[in-house]
Amino acid sequence: MKSQICYFLGAISILFLLPVTARSQDVIKGSEVHGSMQADAAYYLTDPKTGITDSTLAGKLIRMNSFAEVNYSLGNFTAGMRFEAYLPPLTGYDAQYNGTGVPYWYVNYKNNFIDVTAGNFYEQFGYGMMLRTYQEWTLGFDNSLRGVRVKVMPVKGITFKGVYGVQRYYWEPYKDYNRGIVKGFDADFYLNDIFTSLNDAKVKLTLGGSFVSNYQQGTTKDIPYNGQMLALKLPENVSNYGGRFNLNIGDFNWFTEYAHKINDPSSLNNYIYKDGDGLFTNISFSKPGLGISLMSKWIDNMSYKSDRSVSNNMLNINYLPAITKEHSYALASMYPYSTQPNGEVGLSGTVTLHFAKKSPLGGKTGLSVAANFSQVNGLQKKQVNDTTFIGQIGTLGYKSGFYAAGDNVYYQDANIEVTKKFGKKWKGIFTYLYQTYNKDVIESHAPGDFGTVYSQIGIADIAWNITKKHTLRWEVQGLWTKQDKGNWVAGLVELTISPAWFVSVVDQYNYGNTDATQRLNYYTVSAGYTNHSTRIALSYGRQREGIICVGGVCRYVPATNGLTLTITGSF
Amino acid sequence: MKTLRILLLLCLISSVTFAQESIFNYKKLPSVKLKTVKGLPFSSDSITNNGKPIIISFWATWCKPCVRELTTIADVYDDWVTETGVKLYAISVDDSRSMTLVGPMVNGKGWEYTVLLDPNSDFKRAMNVGPIPHTFLLNGKGQVVYQHTSFSEGDELNLIEMVRKLNRGEEIK
Repeated sequence: MKSQICYFLGAISILFLLPVTARSQDVIKGSEVHGSMQADAAYYLTDPKTGITDSTLAGKLIRMNSFAEVNYSLGNFTAGMRFEAYLPPLTGYDAQYNGTGVPYWYVNYKNNFIDVTAGNFYEQFGYGMMLRTYQEWTLGFDNSLRGVRVKVMPVKGITFKGVYGVQRYYWEPYKDYNRGIVKGFDADFYLNDIFTSLNDAKVKLTLGGSFVSNYQQGTTKDIPYNGQMLALKLPENVSNYGGRFNLNIGDFNWFTEYAHKINDPSSLNNYIYKDGDGLFTNISFSKPGLGISLMSKWIDNMSYKSDRSVSNNMLNINYLPAITKEHSYALASMYPYSTQPNGEVGLSGTVTLHFAKKSPLGGKTGLSVAANFSQVNGLQKKQVNDTTFIGQIGTLGYKSGFYAAGDNVYYQDANIEVTKKFGKKWKGIFTYLYQTYNKDVIESHAPGDFGTVYSQIGIADIAWNITKKHTLRWEVQGLWTKQDKGNWVAGLVELTISPAWFVSVVDQYNYGNTDATQRLNYYTVSAGYTNHSTRIALSYGRQREGIICVGGVCRYVPATNGLTLTITGSF
Repeated sequence: MKTLRILLLLCLISSVTFAQESIFNYKKLPSVKLKTVKGLPFSSDSITNNGKPIIISFWATWCKPCVRELTTIADVYDDWVTETGVKLYAISVDDSRSMTLVGPMVNGKGWEYTVLLDPNSDFKRAMNVGPIPHTFLLNGKGQVVYQHTSFSEGDELNLIEMVRKLNRGEEIK
């Protein structure tokens, strides 16, 4: 442990030394060095009421996730690397992260015609249903590709991209085909740039298409089924391809992407051989003071990983985000939705309105209203034949039509948010939500284990500018439900002193829990200091177990109690 | 071992102090492909303002402090532009999940900024941005002279004061 910390400090220092030496030599004029770092450290305490005991902590009281990244650029050339250390990883992060290393490094050359990267890279084709690699530090998510990427821009308005590589899997090095090799090609055409006659046309059109293929070695796999071994024949190359368009006419915008994946039996879809389909479409209209967005998504058997036996969040090749609204208030995000890659049909609509100052509804200071509704259902599935049950291993699985929604509601969310200023010093945001959360499906429990949670949530968020630099902010939140853990109330008081300081106290109280011993207060006291791009925050308290989501990925976080220190910085 | 650790720590501290030196300042923004809220291509090379200061703010629709920052500035933005000629570019790092909501939200709230989309965080990564909101201030030559992470009410006063300083030709420390 001690020597690991030493190595970590050493490596961090080298990363910081790099720029120093670069500077002192000042080799070539015009070079720049930038970087960023973060350290999240925790000191955990036992807390029998939430089930945290000496044995669950297993002696690992102090834990830390941290990284430091440095990027060097000179003209058209850039190179960088990121060092990471999990000593050991914070609770809720996969134990396989335990360790230190450099999971990300690259060199890149680019000009107006070509852009070449060797090493690790993050890439997205279109909406992402065929390929997206990205990193989300707070979730412990990283599916970067290591290999080569080439982008070519032959003429204005046309971009071709090719990628070839293997994905990150914690610290496990790639060798002997221990995971798939991903290849992808993408073409993007912006017609108004390509054809000079269309330069000033009111109608703007972008077209794109992608082809992605994953090679995973192994043509057979034996899986126990009904007391005997079932020998599955596997496709070594699985391709996923499709197209997209974006049509813009003035205030109106229409984007659509469709993807089709060939048979890809995997542990996530119970090794069925059905092809996969995905369609996302969004229509929006907006002008000053009014924004309307309608989207829908159909996903049928679209999980796509570079190792078919992996069932956690790692090694995703494509990206299937939820179309439901992402909430950030504590109680509004207690029951978050995440996409069910095996199949769902969803729609979502959002209206944003702003009534200007001095208008009848806007009053003296203006008024903003945002309303959103979304619903996601399961697929309607039919048997492929009389002798095969739905989803049976080693078969075509099921039949389902285009956009065929079933009766099973996975999630529903109706919410409205009103933002209003009162005079010069007071501002309020008031939110009401009604959520339906199919806990069995979303959290992968057996049907009937928990059922569906129906909750009403109300939130008032009030800010008072005491002086020009001092602001006091309150949040009062309530969540009412007859299911799961029952009712909650939450409160927050936060004082910020611009530009450097903040202090806050938060409490979440599960007063409606049917189990009287679990009617707990989850309180946290935090303070922080910011100087330019460096921020240090310290907090102490009890965190409830829950699911945190960023973008399309969610992570379960167990209950904790203790002290947390977060340092972030960039230069 | 202990001496080594102290030595390394000193290196770390000294390198941070050097952070004020020129090699660490963005003399030019990295060139990255972004999109407009209408889904059309836009290169970060086109982030310009005729020799006047520029503010770049990284934000997302789901980030409450970010929205608070942009809402606060929106109230005074007209005055800022008239007085100083400053221009604010709001870079949304919303990914596919919410990027199509950015345009309607910005319009719906009546914001007058130039809003750009960075759906896979390419620009965010190139600018070494960690947690958002993260705000950069550029002088008339397009060089970053100040950056700040997080937002509290009152930060905007600090920001516009620095813009005024730039216009007067003073140094930002």
